[in-house]
Amino acid sequence: MKRLLSGNEAVARAAWEAGAKVGSGYPGTPSTEILEAFAPYPDVYAEWAPNEKVGLDVAVGAAYAGRRAFATMKHVGLNVASDAFFAVAMTGIEAGLVVISADDPSMHSSQNEQDNRQFAKFARIPCLDPADSQDAHDLTLAAFDLSEQFDTPVLLRLTTRVCHTSSPVELGEQREQRPEPEKYPRNLTKYCMVPANARKRHPVIEERVARIAAFAETFTGNRIEWRSSDLGIITGGVAYNYAREVFPEASVLKLGMVYPLPRKLISDFASRVQKVIVLEELDPFIEDQIRLMGILLYRPEEIMAEPPYPVTKQIFPIAGELDPAVVRNSGRQAGLLPADENIRMALNTAGLPVRPPVLCPGCPHRSSFYVLHKLGVPVNGDIGCYTLGMVQPLDALHTVGCMGASVGVAHGAAVAGDKERHVAVIGDSTFFHSAIPALINVAYNRSNVITIIMDNRVTGMTGHQDNPGTGRTLQHKETREIEIEPLVRALGFDKVLTVPAYAVTAIEKTLKEWMKSDEPAVLITREECALLPSARSRWLPLEVISDKCNGCTLCFRVGCPAILQSEQLDPKTNRPLALIDPLLCTGCEICAQVCPRDAILFRNQVQGKTTQQEATS
Amino acid sequence: MRPEGINFALVGVGGQGTILASDVLAELGLRLGYDVKKAEVHGMSQRGGSVTSHLRWGAQVFSPIIPRGEADVLIAFEKLEAARFIEILKPGGLALVNDYAIEPLTVLTAGVPYPGDEVLRERLTQVTPHAYWVKGIEIAEGLGNARVANMVLLGALSGLLDLDEDQWNVVLEQRVPAKHLNINHQAFHAGREAVAAAV
Repeated sequence: MKRLLSGNEAVARAAWEAGAKVGSGYPGTPSTEILEAFAPYPDVYAEWAPNEKVGLDVAVGAAYAGRRAFATMKHVGLNVASDAFFAVAMTGIEAGLVVISADDPSMHSSQNEQDNRQFAKFARIPCLDPADSQDAHDLTLAAFDLSEQFDTPVLLRLTTRVCHTSSPVELGEQREQRPEPEKYPRNLTKYCMVPANARKRHPVIEERVARIAAFAETFTGNRIEWRSSDLGIITGGVAYNYAREVFPEASVLKLGMVYPLPRKLISDFASRVQKVIVLEELDPFIEDQIRLMGILLYRPEEIMAEPPYPVTKQIFPIAGELDPAVVRNSGRQAGLLPADENIRMALNTAGLPVRPPVLCPGCPHRSSFYVLHKLGVPVNGDIGCYTLGMVQPLDALHTVGCMGASVGVAHGAAVAGDKERHVAVIGDSTFFHSAIPALINVAYNRSNVITIIMDNRVTGMTGHQDNPGTGRTLQHKETREIEIEPLVRALGFDKVLTVPAYAVTAIEKTLKEWMKSDEPAVLITREECALLPSARSRWLPLEVISDKCNGCTLCFRVGCPAILQSEQLDPKTNRPLALIDPLLCTGCEICAQVCPRDAILFRNQVQGKTTQQEATS
Repeated sequence: MRPEGINFALVGVGGQGTILASDVLAELGLRLGYDVKKAEVHGMSQRGGSVTSHLRWGAQVFSPIIPRGEADVLIAFEKLEAARFIEILKPGGLALVNDYAIEPLTVLTAGVPYPGDEVLRERLTQVTPHAYWVKGIEIAEGLGNARVANMVLLGALSGLLDLDEDQWNVVLEQRVPAKHLNINHQAFHAGREAVAAAV
């Protein structure tokens, strides 16, 4: 039976078919839906871990215990989990272990576009790189088998266009289950990586890579499609699609396994075509390995004079994702396709107002950024929706690096003697992910950093996943909610306060008060994300009383997409009055609190007005 | 005669139901016997940012992305987004535009005015004479729920493309929750009627 599945859904399906018992991980675009799609399958355990390192340790633990398992994360999540990744590369496993990492070429929702195929080579772990949903399904199944056959974790590397593209997938049945082991292994030389044992394991994993490379020669995921002998394209991952679409006549060597590579298969392919190119997104990862094999890649005349490395990356871009237009354009410039004068790739959007991502209408983070902008302090930010506090007109966030960085980076500025008072902002999920050690550092080493934990009761940006603060698990079980305030107190803070996130005045008053002292402090602003179903049920659009509004623009400065300029002008100032879009407004009242002329009705006033109208009609 | 394939680009603003509309088109393509790829980008903001979805029907679809100038159909749920993405359309292709404005925050913060209708229409005309404007929100509000504007647009699309209406109905019944099915059906038909005069 064929069904339309996204790459993420296809991976989840195949993990279940393969008999995976445990899936753990941390949400991150574009990987999030894998665990969400896996969780409802029967007889599986799926969870959100507080961070990727914990998630991978959990999957490793299950695999040591003889149950097939996997961990999911976005590409930068593997940075967090890399300690566990390298450790399990050394030990191997008892049952199949697949590490699923989703790269984000072009950074649709990420801070960098690192190419995680490099991690595979770094850790001596085989890497599979699918091209579409069917391929993702098939390679996931293969990954579990490969893992057990060679006693190794396997890296399944996805990219945004694979994760978030849906295409038909032939569904399989669940395979016969492995018998559960009778006893947990007590194999110290394999599983206790003290130096004496680790020294013995290192040659084992080097030899393992050589054996997998030999296996790759006949691995069904690596295949040659013979067409014309003029041009041969070696490719892997999503780039395979562009090779087929742009060079329909070319012969293609499609590598489902991009590390380690099958030397003989590649030399054979290269020797039977006149020109060989490598088509791959991001790093010259396949190219590096192929050139070390001594294979000559096609080099157009005009780049002969240029430094010769990397060759293919002088044809196709190293930065950003590929697409048929990019590949076609590069192919023409390199003489691989007939020239065409009409190459225009980018859309002409000159003169149109851009539509960058913004904090949603009703976002509970907005009030804090409004206040921080007013205070004019340097704000060290973090990864989540609240990163959008940097956008005009809020313009109240000055650094964003990686998960959990805000607190440490602010502390660094404070201990370095920066004269301005630093504020760190971080969300609830990111707090649980990696801010706790950083806050311990602030409290223990006594810097004066003020941290705002913006607790919107959910992991927001990735689309509403539960976290340790929500009291629910991924598989919808009620559980004990971790309370942030007592936890922060236990970390060593005396100044800790929780306020409702929409309370503009309370936030401003507290921050101003705390800035008078030189102590570390933590403010928790608490209000559920306005897009949660429970919050949606309370949506109530507010109204502007145009008689009272004089177009002072203060409410425009809260940066809410629901507040518009009216066509009506104030007769004295000639400035446009404010107008609220009833389809967008949720009734959070931040603008109403900010308005100095009481020109925006609060919720109870709007409700009162409706009741009055009903009574009179 | 059935076309060999159709490339649809769907554009709009987060929260407008672009994803549901592309899901419906993907299922429909499968029912009609095409290979299908549907690519969407989940950007950084759930509501308020630009949203695009690429949907391709064909005998064998490779790239999930439609290159510039190769979409047969552009469905824009917001008119500024229609102007922004019009060049993804093949010259002479079909543009279906929801006659509705959602002002981006940059109109307020960067002072770039929201373009007038004549500017928007002119940009579309440069690419295609086949642009259809439908008052999706107005029609949906008339039915009692502005959120079914996406169905009005799909209904209009069904009227403009010569495809079996029964197949659309089967897919709608699959994709739309039962309690909302009635109003979605009404919206779909209203959309068909809205373009009936044009075809």
